[in-house]
Amino acid sequence: MDAPHLLTSIIHTLPGGLLVTLGISLLSAVAGFVIGLLLCWMRCSPLCAAHAIAGVCISALRGIPILVVLLLLFYLPSAAGLEMPSVLAAVLALALNTGAFQAEILRAGFASIPRGQLEAAYALGLQDLRILRRILLPQVLGLTMPQLVNELIILVKNSSLISVIAVTELLRRSEQLVAVTYRPLEVYTATAILYLAANLFIAWSGNKIHQRLIAGRAG
Amino acid sequence: MDMPADIVIHWADFFRQHGADLALGLWTTLHICAVAVSAGILLGFMVEILSRNHILRRRILRVYIEIFRGTPLLVQLYLLYFGGPAFGLSLEADTAGTVGLALYAGAYFAEIFRAGFLSIPAGHLEAAHSLGISPLRILWRIELPQMAGLIVPPSVNQIITLMKDSAVLSIITVTEMTKQSTRIMNESFIIVEPLCLLALSYWLLSSLAGWAGRCLEIRLTRHRSLKK
Repeated sequence: MDAPHLLTSIIHTLPGGLLVTLGISLLSAVAGFVIGLLLCWMRCSPLCAAHAIAGVCISALRGIPILVVLLLLFYLPSAAGLEMPSVLAAVLALALNTGAFQAEILRAGFASIPRGQLEAAYALGLQDLRILRRILLPQVLGLTMPQLVNELIILVKNSSLISVIAVTELLRRSEQLVAVTYRPLEVYTATAILYLAANLFIAWSGNKIHQRLIAGRAG
Repeated sequence: MDMPADIVIHWADFFRQHGADLALGLWTTLHICAVAVSAGILLGFMVEILSRNHILRRRILRVYIEIFRGTPLLVQLYLLYFGGPAFGLSLEADTAGTVGLALYAGAYFAEIFRAGFLSIPAGHLEAAHSLGISPLRILWRIELPQMAGLIVPPSVNQIITLMKDSAVLSIITVTEMTKQSTRIMNESFIIVEPLCLLALSYWLLSSLAGWAGRCLEIRLTRHRSLKK
């Protein structure tokens, strides 16, 4: 295959894959945030059992490679006779993994909120959920923004692993293109450039948002 | 299958059949990680040493760091293993995996060392220079001991992350733990045992590494605490 042909087929195939990659990453990041919040809440709860369960979950999810979690989620249900859709397994594995890391990030964020604010909110008779939504989360999100953006970048990179269970994201599409063109060097270089561009963009916009948040606090 | 004795017999059977393969996988994982981590630490250290006080070198090495931190390890491995032959670099899977993991590790360790060097007050270096201490001696006796306590926790984290990332090497057919387990799954259609064992092994290994890291950290920062 000559160079112009190769370039056009790369341009036709890979950007669509990048969109799938970004979509799945974003979905997993949001699901992971909910899981992280839940784990964090359990970890901070006075209930001994909840504290212990969350501790074990966080330790396991942080200690087991994401590829192995993915294989577990994909193959174990099939061993029990259930059909696991590969996209669901992929999002679940990514979300569980990032959730455990986000839980630790959020815990540090919550710990940095002065206790007096909570006492004041209780004294004013605000409901728990309202305190979380209107008082805690806005501050915690602002404080932990850089780490959360970092998690998103790691997530985008980890999402390349879901190509193993045949989700047609960026890397899977590149593999398919290589199978047709026999040009691994060129195709995978293009793949790497796309991943790099996506991550640099996420880092850049994360910085922008963070600066705006800081400016808002100062002003 | 519900009796405890049956379960024991079942697992004993499993280990008799596949124990050797799994042990080989564990050994390969540990071996590759040890080589790649050592090479990565050395590489990261060299990158930081070379990019100090030299703007052009720093810019070039910054590109290396950004590329290897900004792309997935799997893509890097594909480029090295499948793309390598296009420019005459045909590597065995094991070698490609080790080299790929080491290059990836180097970029992260370079960042850790950079933070370490930044933490040394400039006054210490000025004082050492004015006393006529040689640069190598400054590095060995003044900079490295002071930054040790600071760089050990992130380094241990990084080593654990790399150990987990080494599972990715299975995709380019390196016969480490994950590959051996998936091979057993494909050949014998036993799914639950190898997968659960695999997850447990990684969990155990990273917990062990984390514990060892905490011990090392306490040892290296002893001088900071008040009680001896």
